Amino acid sequence: MDFKVGIAQIAPALGDVQENMKRIERCIERALDEKTDLVVFPELALTGYTLKDMVPSVSLRLDSPELKRLADASRRLSIAIGFVEESPDYRFFNSAAYLEKGEILHVHRKVYLPNYGMFEENRDFAAGSRFRAFNAEFGRCGILICEDMWHPSAAYIIAQDGCDLLIALSCSPARGAQSDGDLYSADAWQTLNRVYAHLFSQYVVYANRVGYEDGVGYWGGSEAIGPDGSLIARAKQFEEQFLTAELSSEAVRRARIASPLLRDERLDITQRELKRIDRERQE
Amino acid sequence: MNAGAESTRQERDDPLLVNPQIVVPLLEGFIQDEITKVGISNVVLNLSGGIDSAVSCVLAARAMSPENVTALMLPYKTSHPDSLGDAQTLARQLGIRTMTISVTEQVDPYFEKFPDMTPLRKANKMARERMTILYDQASALNALPLGTSNKTELLLGYGTIYGDMASALNPIGDLYKTQVWQIARHIDVPEEIVSKKPTADLWPGQTDESELGFTYEKADRLLFHMIDRRSSRAELERLGFEPAFIQEIENRVMRTQFKRRLPLIAKVSMRTIESDFRYPRDWGR
Repeated sequence: MDFKVGIAQIAPALGDVQENMKRIERCIERALDEKTDLVVFPELALTGYTLKDMVPSVSLRLDSPELKRLADASRRLSIAIGFVEESPDYRFFNSAAYLEKGEILHVHRKVYLPNYGMFEENRDFAAGSRFRAFNAEFGRCGILICEDMWHPSAAYIIAQDGCDLLIALSCSPARGAQSDGDLYSADAWQTLNRVYAHLFSQYVVYANRVGYEDGVGYWGGSEAIGPDGSLIARAKQFEEQFLTAELSSEAVRRARIASPLLRDERLDITQRELKRIDRERQE
Repeated sequence: MNAGAESTRQERDDPLLVNPQIVVPLLEGFIQDEITKVGISNVVLNLSGGIDSAVSCVLAARAMSPENVTALMLPYKTSHPDSLGDAQTLARQLGIRTMTISVTEQVDPYFEKFPDMTPLRKANKMARERMTILYDQASALNALPLGTSNKTELLLGYGTIYGDMASALNPIGDLYKTQVWQIARHIDVPEEIVSKKPTADLWPGQTDESELGFTYEKADRLLFHMIDRRSSRAELERLGFEPAFIQEIENRVMRTQFKRRLPLIAKVSMRTIESDFRYPRDWGR
């Protein structure tokens, strides 16, 4: 199946859900104009990133009017988007929803909340506890949010779960601009995206945000990588942009024939050895 | 590998070298974004004729437009005339607005009341007078006051708290002094400003490096390894830094921590500003 994905590389307004809804709905109109089948927004696109104590005042229940509006929009095209999810037992997750045909098809709650250096997500959010691929109209998809991508086990599990399209959402800050090289952040993410696409013979669609919050600049550079590890499209750095890429399940099939890595993967060994390591760590 | 090849590689790998093609747009974006999102379009800064304020000024003029930038020149009667001259040259080159206000009339009556004031006290007093003018003009011009402290002086605490360290936003606070020089060359800061010896111009003939007792080049290299790379004491010594110098810099950084923080608040309630009342400054922006 062939389909067109759009990546909305936006600068959300910090803590202003209603303003962000307007901006997101404008992007959805643009995505429809460009005849995209799926539009992907960055991590916390509905709220901005540096929330701290604002988290409970910008959170949305899955039955909130805002998600209902996005679900309605998903009758016309599929949407993947980051937001703050409030659970019925009042926990707050850094989540991403995949909406399709009027429904919330899948929600991923960020598992790995970075809590070191400049990050303190563990203070403000509850952590998710699962990595799952899911069947969407355009094939089997998986969602990971920012720090999840830095744990190869997360990408590995999603890939073994049959993922053809890995959707990675982030709020990646621009850091490190040494010598004549590229940004440290850009180098690191481009490597991750490419390696996961290539090793798991899957598409990787990476949506990063732009704009500044409290002095931190988000560098953008959203991209789509093919299942052979080749770059399909990449957005500019530091500028809002609507990026599109044409994807095809045929390309995934070709890549898996050329390198049958998924076929040859030994889950039994992985499981056995991980159990052993875990046991030894407990001792 | 021969020695020549090794040194070439070390030069290329100098960790203090920054890529201006990335840093300059990042800082321009920072100024533009952080100013306009609070509903303001003007910037004001104190332009001393030194490298730090020159770089902040050029970045501001490039980020906004020259007519949105006002440079204040606030000399004291003993300030070196070249400082004012260099600042004016830069302002003319950029086409920005300037205002020259002598602080002599403001500080001399106070100095006369306390004839035993040390040069350091006088310098701090002058820095704080300049701050009050900066903030007042910011209010008059509906502008945000732009900071001009670099990472070296912030870490060493080589500045006046609530004086030259005060600002609404600081584009160069994460750049070491030697990196400010690199950026300066890239954005065409006049050569007279780039090549002159850094001085706070606190008293005639003063230079930063003679007052500090070490060069910026040496301090920056140590600070980079100590702070940015989190190198251990043993690693720093292996890199060739003398133990006494490491200790001196470490003490300076620790001793001046208060200058980089808001005042301490005695905790009484269940929710105290900074400790458990935490919001970004760009709250709702």
